[in-house]
Amino acid sequence: MAVAAPPITQLNKDEILRYSRHLILPEVGMEGQLKLKNAKVLMVGAGGLGAPLGLYLAASGVGRVGIVDFDVVDYTNLQRQVIHGTKDVGRKKLDSAADSMLDINPYMQVDKFDTAITSENALEIIKDYDMVVDGTDNFPTRYLINDACVLLGKPNVYGSIFRFEGQATIFAYPGGPCYRCLYPEPPPPGLVPSCAEGGVLGILPGTIGLIQATEAVKLILGIGESLVGRLLLYDALAMRFRELKLRRNPECPVCGDNPSIHELIDYHQFCGVPNPAEVAPVAEQQAGYMSDTEIDAVALKARLDRGDKFQFIDVREPNEYQIASIPGAKLIPLGDVPKRVGELDPNQEVIVHCKMGGRSAKACDFLRQSGFKNVKNMLGGITAWSDKIDPSVPKY
Amino acid sequence: MAKVLIPTPLRQFADKHDSVDLTGTTVAEVLASLTQKFPDLRKQLFNDEGKMRSFVNVYLNDDDIRYLQKDATPVASGDTLSIVPSIAGGV
Repeated sequence: MAVAAPPITQLNKDEILRYSRHLILPEVGMEGQLKLKNAKVLMVGAGGLGAPLGLYLAASGVGRVGIVDFDVVDYTNLQRQVIHGTKDVGRKKLDSAADSMLDINPYMQVDKFDTAITSENALEIIKDYDMVVDGTDNFPTRYLINDACVLLGKPNVYGSIFRFEGQATIFAYPGGPCYRCLYPEPPPPGLVPSCAEGGVLGILPGTIGLIQATEAVKLILGIGESLVGRLLLYDALAMRFRELKLRRNPECPVCGDNPSIHELIDYHQFCGVPNPAEVAPVAEQQAGYMSDTEIDAVALKARLDRGDKFQFIDVREPNEYQIASIPGAKLIPLGDVPKRVGELDPNQEVIVHCKMGGRSAKACDFLRQSGFKNVKNMLGGITAWSDKIDPSVPKY
Repeated sequence: MAKVLIPTPLRQFADKHDSVDLTGTTVAEVLASLTQKFPDLRKQLFNDEGKMRSFVNVYLNDDDIRYLQKDATPVASGDTLSIVPSIAGGV
């Protein structure tokens, strides 16, 4: 990165007009607007939380926003990721988000990082910014961003969502608590479903992302009472906000009094999940793949066509089954598998599928532990079936 | 009677309840009543040694019990216990 530019000390005439509603607020004024103009915020993820964050940070006049994202816009994003439009499907989220932001506010700089944030690049990327707004969607990245922010002394404006509920706070503010103070360890893989598997109310990331944007702008302006030391909980169904006290844990391994973590670690290992960079995507495996424990869509189709005898189970929820199903699969939702296991013959082969392969893997583990001798997980679930076998099966 | 608030990810293990009123004079007693009522919750909240899992926090009103008297924290009638698990969604 280039040497830090000298601070901007005045706004041009167009900017003064643009920011007039800020400029007449005594709490912001010209001084505050110049703070925003000189601020540098790194947004990790241009998805559900990143969408409102990016739009409003741009509109508010934050002078420089970095975006880290390697994903491409798809149709399932449009229900909530309002920074992207239908015309952007297939484009990089980075480009689509930057275009939307620069359309709202051409008087800003957008830095694009077309990469996943990793232990290797996080410190280098984050160090040039004043703070991070975390809009990621998985535990390894959450812990990575936390530790990097603590090590660099940069606040991490945090938000996370699940179905109808959200959490927001500020971690790693000097002297304040960090993510590890709140949750020393992540849940075991698979216990908490992702939004792709668990679903999310489309508006929810809007609400939580805007709380993050509000906190980021307040930190820049140095006004109000920040969420440092408070965990804000939001329940959209009850339409209720609650707040809980957060404390820095003096024994925290990263921000405590005697920290044991002084550099970034392997966060996939810490969270017990495979590193996506090291796992060959299903698409790259040879079509027709089958092992003792796994089968892909092509091999499954061939076996169904041959009339092979096996028990074929769909462990998704009934509402998902209504959207799309694979002919011949019997619906036993994952949560019902233990009590309906008697419907299956443990001595005969079982093939299990779900939407993407996560829940079916859990069902396979359960069946094996229950004494089933021949259990196979269908790789990629009904999504792979739609991609590889029958495009008329809707994806969701 | 204390009110226990059950978060969305755990409601599937609690007959879909979002809150339940339970008796108990300490956090441990209230949680024991909870897992007695909903045995499926036990595995979610506690490890095999019976210790609270470290990605689940329990708050008495707005205070983290880790900074009170942990399991032994007294619970009065009208108190609210919140179970707050870690969530990571964002896209």
